[in-house]
Amino acid sequence: MKTWSLLAVAASAGLVASVALAEPRRDAILADLREQAKKEDPRFAGFSAERGATLYRATHQGKDGPISCSTCHGSTPLGNGQTRLGKAIDPMAVSKNPARYTDSANVEKWFKRNCTEVLGRGCTATEKGDFITFMSGQ
Amino acid sequence: MMRAAIAAFLLTTTSLALAGGDELVPPVADPVVKKECGSCHMAFPPQFLPRRSWQKLVDGLASHFGEDASLPEAQRAAVLRYHLEHAADAPGAGRAASKFAASIPAGETPLRITETPRWVREHRKIKPERWKSPEVKSRLNCVACHKDAERGSWDD
Ligand code: HEC
Repeated sequence: MKTWSLLAVAASAGLVASVALAEPRRDAILADLREQAKKEDPRFAGFSAERGATLYRATHQGKDGPISCSTCHGSTPLGNGQTRLGKAIDPMAVSKNPARYTDSANVEKWFKRNCTEVLGRGCTATEKGDFITFMSGQ
Repeated sequence: MMRAAIAAFLLTTTSLALAGGDELVPPVADPVVKKECGSCHMAFPPQFLPRRSWQKLVDGLASHFGEDASLPEAQRAAVLRYHLEHAADAPGAGRAASKFAASIPAGETPLRITETPRWVREHRKIKPERWKSPEVKSRLNCVACHKDAERGSWDD
């Protein structure tokens, strides 16, 4: 009985914490990327929302024709996107979707897949940080 | 008397509708499957392909219709397990599932639901332009027309 109620308290505390911690988890992801960016480029001087916006819109030659991040994520990150198979994607802007960029495994998984698809290579830590910085201000 | 007749009529029609409602397929319930299979397309019900097809699809995720959809081992195993348990030819998978299973020749291992004989038959009257319209976009966008598919109803 005691164990159960303790468990229940622990579980609900965990729930509250995970909501309240949404920001710190994104900050931690950005802090990790900042460390990596410094290693990749000694001249690294911080992330840029403007470069993130350019990355979001820039069109590249993909294997099935021109493609950009906005092809799937929508012309503005404030709105819904759509995959090539027609499935809706929730907005990328943090203001519209506060859960974005808070699960580092998920963030890494999609950067890997989508950067490879759009750029034909993985994104650098700087590009990833720029992208999240852009979306955090949207 | 009249009322009883109406009630009886309603009863038989509704139960007929229920009996005819073999297009009910339970929606995917597993959170891992929903997330890992349902990001790029709807998480298709495992009931639409036999076990041998799912085995081959999951084995081939690194090159999934031209895309790298590979999964970490834990998720891969969970996804495979769920699909094998609920496949068209899994024991107890239900009527709609058995119809899919029965439509597929024993020697064939289709990888596309849209190439199974049952799918082709059910969609034979759809005009080609319909598939290309912006709100449909692809044959894999089931919910564009089957509005309640994610709740398990494929009747419309
Ligand atoms: C082919 C379609 C497609 C393209 C092109 C695409 N994405 Fe995505 N992206 C997705 C899908 C699908 C998801 C997963 C669904 C979701 O998170 O809502 C996703 C998720 C993400 C996430 C995870 C967000 C989170 O909440 O953790 C990041 C980061 C991301 N994409 C970045 C990019 C970047 C950067 C580009 C361009 C270089 C890009 N994407 C291009 C389809 C695409």
